Amino acid sequence: MSSAAEERMRRQSARNGWLLSMPALALLAVAAIGPLAIIVVYSFLTPGQYGNVVWEFSWDGWVSILFSRDIFDGTLGLADAHLTIFWRSVKLSIMTTLVAFALGFPTAWFIATRPARQRAMWLFLITIPFWTNLLIRTFAIMEVIRAEGVINTVLLWAGVIERPLAIIYTDTAVLIGMAYVYLPLMVLPLFAAIDRFDMRLLEAGYDLYASRWQVLRRIILPIVKPGIVAGSILVFVPSLGAYVTPRVLGGGKNMMIGNFIELQFLAGRNWPLGAALSVTLLVIVTVALLFYVRAANRGSNPHG
Amino acid sequence: MAERRYEISRIPGFATIAVATFVMLYLPIAALVTYSFNAGNSVAVWEGFSLHWYEKAWANQAVKDATVRSLTIAVCAAVISTAVATLAAMGTTRRARFRGDTFIYVAINQPLMVPEIVTAVALMILFGMVKQATGYQGLGYLILAHSAFCIPFAYLPIRARLEGMDLSFETAAADLYASPWQTFRHVTLPLLGPGILAGAMLAFVISLDDVIITEFVKSGGQDTLPTYMLGQLRRTMTPEVNAISSALLALTVLLLTAFFLLTRKRD
Repeated sequence: MSSAAEERMRRQSARNGWLLSMPALALLAVAAIGPLAIIVVYSFLTPGQYGNVVWEFSWDGWVSILFSRDIFDGTLGLADAHLTIFWRSVKLSIMTTLVAFALGFPTAWFIATRPARQRAMWLFLITIPFWTNLLIRTFAIMEVIRAEGVINTVLLWAGVIERPLAIIYTDTAVLIGMAYVYLPLMVLPLFAAIDRFDMRLLEAGYDLYASRWQVLRRIILPIVKPGIVAGSILVFVPSLGAYVTPRVLGGGKNMMIGNFIELQFLAGRNWPLGAALSVTLLVIVTVALLFYVRAANRGSNPHG
Repeated sequence: MAERRYEISRIPGFATIAVATFVMLYLPIAALVTYSFNAGNSVAVWEGFSLHWYEKAWANQAVKDATVRSLTIAVCAAVISTAVATLAAMGTTRRARFRGDTFIYVAINQPLMVPEIVTAVALMILFGMVKQATGYQGLGYLILAHSAFCIPFAYLPIRARLEGMDLSFETAAADLYASPWQTFRHVTLPLLGPGILAGAMLAFVISLDDVIITEFVKSGGQDTLPTYMLGQLRRTMTPEVNAISSALLALTVLLLTAFFLLTRKRD
C-alpha cells in the first residue's frame, strides 16, 4: 500500500473514532465534566446573603478554607473548626486504608492461592458487595454497630459488657463503615498482583533459609507493591470524598469534607467556600490518581 | 495420622483472617435481611418471622412512587448510556491509535475518578440555573445526570468484548459487498450483543443505586428509592427500610449473576 493511501486511511480512522465518540463526549461535557468548570468559577465569587453567590470577584471562598474573619474586628484567624474537619477526613481515610490493607492482603492472598475452580467463586463473593448499593451496605453495618445492634446484643448476652458500647455516631463508627464498604476496592487490585506472583520464588527463598517473615517482607511485598499502591489509592480516594457513610454513621457531628461541602450549599451557608473546597478535593484526588496510573503502569511492565 | 501436604504458598494466619473477613463482609448484610422479616417493629429485637414489612412497603404510596421513579430513571439512563458507550467503544477499539484517543478514554472514564459529591454540587448549580431559566422541573435532569455517570460502566464491558473480537468477520462481510451499515447490523452487533447487554445491566445497577447525585439534582417530591431510604434516617427506623434494602439487594445480585454468566470466558 502506498504511504499516501495509508495516511488517508489513518486519517479516516481517526475521524471516525472521534465521530463515534462524540455523543458520549457531548453527554459527559454537559452533565459531568463541563459543570466542574462552574465550580471553579463559583469559588472566586462573593457569597450571597441567603446562599447562592453575588457575581463579584473575591478570594474569600479560598481564604475561608483555612481562615475565618473575626466578626468584631475583622482580623483573620485560623479556622479551627475547618482544620478539625480536614484532619478528621485525612486521618480517617488513612486509617481506613490501613484497616482495608490489613484485612484485604490476607484475603487476596487466600483467594489467589485457592485451586483455580474455587477462585472464581471467592472472587464473586468479593465483587457482590462491591457492586451493591453503598447506602444499603452502610445501613447493614449500622445494623451491627448500633446500640441495640448485633455486636452489643452478643456482648451483653455473653456478659462481656454491662452497658451497650456507644460505637455509632463516633469517628470509630465512620472508620468501621468506610473500611467495610471500601474493602473490595483493596482486595481486587491486590488479588490481580498476587495472581501474577510466581510462587516458585517462595521456594527459592525457603531453600535459602529465609524465615516466613523474611519471605513476606523481602520477596512478596516488594513484588506485589504496585498492587498495594493501587489498592491503597483506590480506597483512600473515595474515603476522602465520602459523603454517605459519615452522614449515616457519624451523625451530624463527625463531618468529613464531603459533608462539609454539602453544608455550605444546602444550608445556604457559603457557596464560594463550598466550591473552593470541592476544587481542593478534586485536585487532591487527581494527584492521587496520577500516582495510581504510574503504579498500575509499573505493574504491567516488569522492567519499569 | 493423615499426612498433611506442605503448601509452599501457605502463610500462617492468612486463611483465618481471610475467612473472618468474608464473615465480616456478609454478616451485616445477613442481619439486615434477617430483620426485614421481623414481625415486630424494631430493627433490633427479634419477634418472629413475618412478611409484614414487605407488605407495608408495597402498600406505601411514597415507596411505590419512588420505585417507579427509580426504575424509569434507571431504564432511560441504561439505554442512553449504553447507546453512546457502544458507539464510543466502536470508535476507540480495533483501530490504529489516533491523536486524542487517550483523551477520549480519560474523558469517558472521568465519572469514575471525580468524587461524586463534587459532581453533585456542580450539577446542582448548573441545573438550578436551567430550572430557573426554563421553568422545567421534570425527571429529565436526573435522567441526563444518570446517563452521564453510567457511561464508563456501560463502556468498559463493551470495550472488553470488542477487544476480544477480531476483524475477520467484518472483513469477510465487506468483501461480500455488505455496506458498512449492513456489516454493523448483521455481523458486529450480534457478536457484540452479550457485551452490550452486560454494559446495560451494569449501567442499570449503578443508576438504581445512586444516592449522592440524585439527592442534589432532584426537584421537590422526586425521591428515588435510595434517597427515600436516606430520608428515613431522620425518623425512627422500622424494618420497612430493611425490606426495601433487601428487595433492592436481591435485584442487584440477580443482575450481577446474569452479568457474570454473560461475560464469563468460555475456556
